[in-house]
Amino acid sequence: MLEILGKTNIDFMGKRTVAFTFSGILVLLGLIAVVQIASGSANLGIDFAGGTAVQLKFDQSVRIDEARKALESNGVSNAELQEFGQDNKLLIRVKASTTIEEKTAERVMAVFAKEFPDNTFVVDSTTEIGPTIGKKLQEDALIAIIISFAGIILYVAARFELRFGVAAALATFHDVLVVLGIFYILDKEINVLIVTALLTLAGYSLTDTVVVFDRIRENLKSRRRDTEEATINNAVNQVLSRTIVTSLTVILVLVPLTLAGGEVLHDFSLALLWGVICGTYSSVFVASPLVLLWPGRGGRLMKRN
Amino acid sequence: MKKVGGRLWLLALVIVASCVSFLPSYQPVFQALPGWLKGILPEKGIALGLDLQGGIHLVMEVDENRAVEIAVDRVVTSIHDLLVDKSIPAESVTRTSLDRITIQFQDADQKAEIQKLLVDFPSFTEVDTEGTDNSLVWQLLDVENKRIKDSAINQALETIRNRIDQFGVAEPIVQRQGLTQIVVQLPGIKEPKRAKDLIKETALLEFKMLDEENHMRLDLPSRIPKDMEAEILRQFEDKVPEGDQILFERLIEKDTGRESRIPYLVKKRVMLTGDVLSDARVSIGQFDEPYVSITFDTKGGQEFERITAANVKKRMAVVLDNTIYSAPVIQERIGGGRAQITGTFSMQEANDLAIVLRAGALPAPLKIVQDLTVGPSLGQDSIDKGVKSTLIAGAMVIIFMMVYYRLSGVIADFALILNLVCLMGALSALTATLTLPGIAGIVLTIGMGVDSNVLIFERIREELRNGKAVRLAVDSGYDKALLTIIDSHVTTLITGVALFLFGTGPIKGFAVTLCLGIAINLFTALVGTKVIFDLWNQRKKVEALSI
Repeated sequence: MLEILGKTNIDFMGKRTVAFTFSGILVLLGLIAVVQIASGSANLGIDFAGGTAVQLKFDQSVRIDEARKALESNGVSNAELQEFGQDNKLLIRVKASTTIEEKTAERVMAVFAKEFPDNTFVVDSTTEIGPTIGKKLQEDALIAIIISFAGIILYVAARFELRFGVAAALATFHDVLVVLGIFYILDKEINVLIVTALLTLAGYSLTDTVVVFDRIRENLKSRRRDTEEATINNAVNQVLSRTIVTSLTVILVLVPLTLAGGEVLHDFSLALLWGVICGTYSSVFVASPLVLLWPGRGGRLMKRN
Repeated sequence: MKKVGGRLWLLALVIVASCVSFLPSYQPVFQALPGWLKGILPEKGIALGLDLQGGIHLVMEVDENRAVEIAVDRVVTSIHDLLVDKSIPAESVTRTSLDRITIQFQDADQKAEIQKLLVDFPSFTEVDTEGTDNSLVWQLLDVENKRIKDSAINQALETIRNRIDQFGVAEPIVQRQGLTQIVVQLPGIKEPKRAKDLIKETALLEFKMLDEENHMRLDLPSRIPKDMEAEILRQFEDKVPEGDQILFERLIEKDTGRESRIPYLVKKRVMLTGDVLSDARVSIGQFDEPYVSITFDTKGGQEFERITAANVKKRMAVVLDNTIYSAPVIQERIGGGRAQITGTFSMQEANDLAIVLRAGALPAPLKIVQDLTVGPSLGQDSIDKGVKSTLIAGAMVIIFMMVYYRLSGVIADFALILNLVCLMGALSALTATLTLPGIAGIVLTIGMGVDSNVLIFERIREELRNGKAVRLAVDSGYDKALLTIIDSHVTTLITGVALFLFGTGPIKGFAVTLCLGIAINLFTALVGTKVIFDLWNQRKKVEALSI
């Protein structure tokens, strides 16, 4: 039998003060990111903020500062530029203030055709989104998040106890906030695809948490003499090898997607990658200790046999 | 030991059904199938999303208020004509707000006479409080206002559908979204800009007479550069006589491609519009220049004959969306219901003009609120990279499972491939659209499928460690992992359903693969691999398990 971990007996619950402090800092970061997004100063994708994005693929490489100068001298001054790898790809984004009627995409293409006549390009993609649509997408994303969280709390509360439901939701929320915070610090664009990734990692982190909770429930029924802390610690240790093996396989899937999946999948996979790391950590160090914080003695799980 | 037979058949059935339903998605094989089989199978399988094969996704809004304005403007013209016909000397008829018309006249005695005309315009009512002794205010009925707005979007849908049909796009989607929006999806299109122009063009064709009596026309410059239009309009704003307007003819030099404009003084009154056309085709003139020949319907033909007869030796402008295409002198009465639109355009422009004229005009201008265009090269690039990274990811997981769980790992790998086969089959059966996030969803399903097996295997290992016999360990490992697997899958399913219900576009594609994947996972983990373990355990002596 090949094993990464044998039978372990680590005192995870005893380290909860350290874990809560660490998580607290990360969550604070995430909350700052949320405030920044709400106030519009974060790096919101044009699908949320409204605006125009043009992605061009050039024959030869284009220097970003030259491209910016070319755009500015032709009256497109508020553009953000980003390069992609070795393919000579350039992403030009112009945010909200301009409306689609101004044909920003065509203007940008015309500028490059004029200023770099020897360097031909093909248009990979153009995206133009009116401000009203951006608002609608923001609302839709928010609704999807709220609905899925409500559903999760209800389901876990029904299957376990309310405190488990709340702990699971809090741990999941923790993961989403932390990844959001990381993306904010890395100055990655927050777009619809990233919101999808966040919701996926919420689902993933939840799975991880539910697996631990399941074991806690099982142990609560069979070992009624142990203290709750010992029971929970035991459960976490018992599922630890599963937690790690699973996380490893998911990471094995995500690493090639991040590195070789192309620019569209890159940020998406990166968010999931951080999410997996975070979710694994939180199911051990955040979700289970949270259950312990809430005095639930004599609850449904303890009574039932 | 459990009986295996029934479940083995079920497994075989699912695999065969998945493979068969996947067939239409892979055209090279599908085309090679015998005819009778093709007849049974559905024609379509998995479609590639716009992000994978390139194409356009447009969301447009119909300018409803403009539709009302246009309708009211038409009534203004009719009232004006009627007053002329009845020789009632009114001072002016103008649209004074979105849906109101004010008629002014010098002599208060005429009021009653004009009021009687309202009978001819049943969609209007008189606003008593607004009128004076020398003016009348008519307002569009609310019911009619609503009807115009409503029919505007339906008419726009119809027109766009017509245009796209004639443009020739495979599997276009044109549908209404919400109350005022229209969604157009054109997959795999090679000339996105041309298609967008074709859809957006209002294509309101009007015939108007030039004002050749007013002297002001002599003040207009004979030819101006393309970007001077606004300048000229401002310069002459106050000098344009009542009932006239300045419109520009577009000129393109054949050799240099340089554009210029000729301003004309044109009477606002519309003689005839494009509604009365029955056909429009491209023809080639004697100097090899393309022009569009149009055919009027019976009523339009008679009307055109009457107009041309009454205006011989005068100049008539052919106006499309407020741009003059040509302004020929009417040489004689034109019967036969045919006319030509000449101008300086290329073959392709002439072609597109014929298309929009045949398909009819939009009731009001469209506003594009969302426009996603993906070039075909990026699509191919994304497919290549998506497939490549998925294969690498799959291979890594397969190898890892074999190394870590040995023979049992091979069983898990079988489950993984089974997962993929079933998922592709299910997506084909639903004729789902595969997008890039959809591929990500598939990859995620691989991860989750592995997780179910890891849960089971770890449980079996635990049971083995506790000294249980192999058969018992397998059974109780599955039993104990069952609840956990269901719980974890249902919670993820909740997220998936929320994404499906509230997500748009790419997110929806992701949610579909995620939800399907979860359901299939449950099947492969609880039925698929268990059957193989049971089959294995049916041997007489089972002493060790390679796990």
